[in-house]
Amino acid sequence: MSAALTLRDVRKNFGPTAIIRGLELEITQGERHAIIGPNGAGKSTMFHLISGRIGVTSGSIELKGQEITGLAPYEINRRGLSRSFQVTNIFPKLSVFENIRCGVLWSLGYKYSFWRFVDRLRDANERAEQVLDLIGLGARRETPAGILTYAEQRALEIGITIAGGADVIMLDEPTAGMSNTETEQAVALIRKVSEGRTLVMVEHDMSVVFGLADRISVLVYGQIIATGTPMEIRANKAVREAYLGEEAH
Amino acid sequence: MSETIRTTIAFALFAIALALAPVVFPSGLALTMMSLMGVMIIFALSYNMLLGQTGLLSFGHAVYYGLGGFCAAHAMNYVARNKLGVPLPAIPIVGAVAGLFFGALLGAVSTRRAGTVFSMISLGIGELVAAFAGIQRSFFGGEDGIATNRVKLAPFFGYKFGPQIQVYYLIAFWCFVCVALMYMLTRTPFGRMCNAVRDNPERAEFVGYSTQRVRFQAFMLSAMFAGVAGALAAINFELMNSQAIGAGTSGQVLLMTFVGGIGHFFGPILGAMLITFLQISLSDITKAWMLYFGLLFILVVMFAPGGIAGFLSIHQPLLRNGRIFKLAPSYLMASVPLVALVLGMIALIEMAHHMLVEAASDGAKMRLFGLAFDGASPLPWLVAAALFFGGAFGLKLVWPRIDEAWAVAQAEGKKA
Repeated sequence: MSAALTLRDVRKNFGPTAIIRGLELEITQGERHAIIGPNGAGKSTMFHLISGRIGVTSGSIELKGQEITGLAPYEINRRGLSRSFQVTNIFPKLSVFENIRCGVLWSLGYKYSFWRFVDRLRDANERAEQVLDLIGLGARRETPAGILTYAEQRALEIGITIAGGADVIMLDEPTAGMSNTETEQAVALIRKVSEGRTLVMVEHDMSVVFGLADRISVLVYGQIIATGTPMEIRANKAVREAYLGEEAH
Repeated sequence: MSETIRTTIAFALFAIALALAPVVFPSGLALTMMSLMGVMIIFALSYNMLLGQTGLLSFGHAVYYGLGGFCAAHAMNYVARNKLGVPLPAIPIVGAVAGLFFGALLGAVSTRRAGTVFSMISLGIGELVAAFAGIQRSFFGGEDGIATNRVKLAPFFGYKFGPQIQVYYLIAFWCFVCVALMYMLTRTPFGRMCNAVRDNPERAEFVGYSTQRVRFQAFMLSAMFAGVAGALAAINFELMNSQAIGAGTSGQVLLMTFVGGIGHFFGPILGAMLITFLQISLSDITKAWMLYFGLLFILVVMFAPGGIAGFLSIHQPLLRNGRIFKLAPSYLMASVPLVALVLGMIALIEMAHHMLVEAASDGAKMRLFGLAFDGASPLPWLVAAALFFGGAFGLKLVWPRIDEAWAVAQAEGKKA
């Protein structure tokens, strides 16, 4: 299997403070890969670096063998990487359906077109409908996204992320702040939408992580201290000390 | 009813209204007013492409209106001088090209950033161009401006566009075309991404769109339509001067658009019509008319941020299910203190204006609402103040009743 994402000695300093200190990571195509680590370890920063939201200080990031370091978020997205956000990041005044369709348009080649009616783009509308069904918000299609419930907004967030058909999906704490039932539904959704794609996920809920992930990387203080299957990670002494151990107390 | 059919009906009604307006209002004043309204509708809608659709607050939109107008005026003079066969109805295309060109040129700089930075750059560019217009006399014509004569152009199917009614129909035609085009733009992938960029620029970048490119494209197209409006103004007035390019005009288009309502496509149309109407009629009645505009703007921003269109649209569901009548008694009750408040305010403004500006030369005697009185005596001031504060107090008293009526009407509407 070839690599979907490769990080080589990625570093990020904010002023004099080193947040990411030489990340080495290879994510295989088609796997579900979870990133865990204590608060402030740099998980979200790592997501921002990969998705182009902030630039790296040094090092290189490759997406499916192509260098993407230093590219703008939209350029990285066009190359097939799509991400969600820890804080819900949707288009609040647009309807649920419009939100999804905005995620679809570029990937179908409609770009900045101002000579075609969006309602007549059959492929875009069908694709948006499919995603809408997949995330279970069909009944809410005309509702402005800003007034959805929190769990619905999180589902929509995932919907926008996968709508463009990117083959590498990054989800930043998709179940944060959810009740148990909501979390179960979210896990089922993530399982469904990540089929046939590469999934990279930051998650705090260990039951979600160990239930979903094929492999797990542990990020502590800006460095990956271990990568392996859930079993290997559970057995890893350094991980238990640095992270899992804390939870046990 | 499908949306396409509804839109088609709305545009058919709009076309009929444009065609029949001079039949219903045939006076010379009405024709002048409606011609200007047509121009301002295009201008305000073009502004809302930025503000309402893309979330860009520009303080310098008059630049593209003015440059479109100046280029059109020069084009008309050039065509007339060289006896080229270009008829007058084609001149707005010159305005469109000029608007597009300058929009591309200046937009390349200003749309690099959104938010406050964009607003500040637009203000800077506005001031820059206005200052340049004052210095560069051969193109902008100094204080006199550039005069032109629309009847000197080649006739168009026998029409020479001397009479105002012919100019009205020329403007109405372009107004319809531009409104339809701008509406269609909102229904395209580009139009939707403008809304997406307005709502959440960060997310737009993560679904593959360069927000800078979306803003730039919106800016160019908006400038193009502003250029058409400017060209029509040049045709209408047969004169362009540097006032059209300045901050006053930029402020005016912001006022029209915001008062009309930026959240609805038709909002700026209502705003352009209302403000143009007030501008022409108020400036005849009172010299303090600018002050009323300022007050109107402040009141809309504070109490009805959705503008007229927003106010109408919150009533639409109630109108549809017939609950609107439930509101009538409380609205009627509120109208009494509201009228008192408005009358008191007008009286205070007019008396203050008279005593501060005109009393020195004309004396303290004045007339207002058909009454003659002495502006220096305390009684009229007391009456005005009583009306104003009494009205404000009364409104405060009845307000809970309106809220309550609203809640009831809405709850019943939901049940029904």
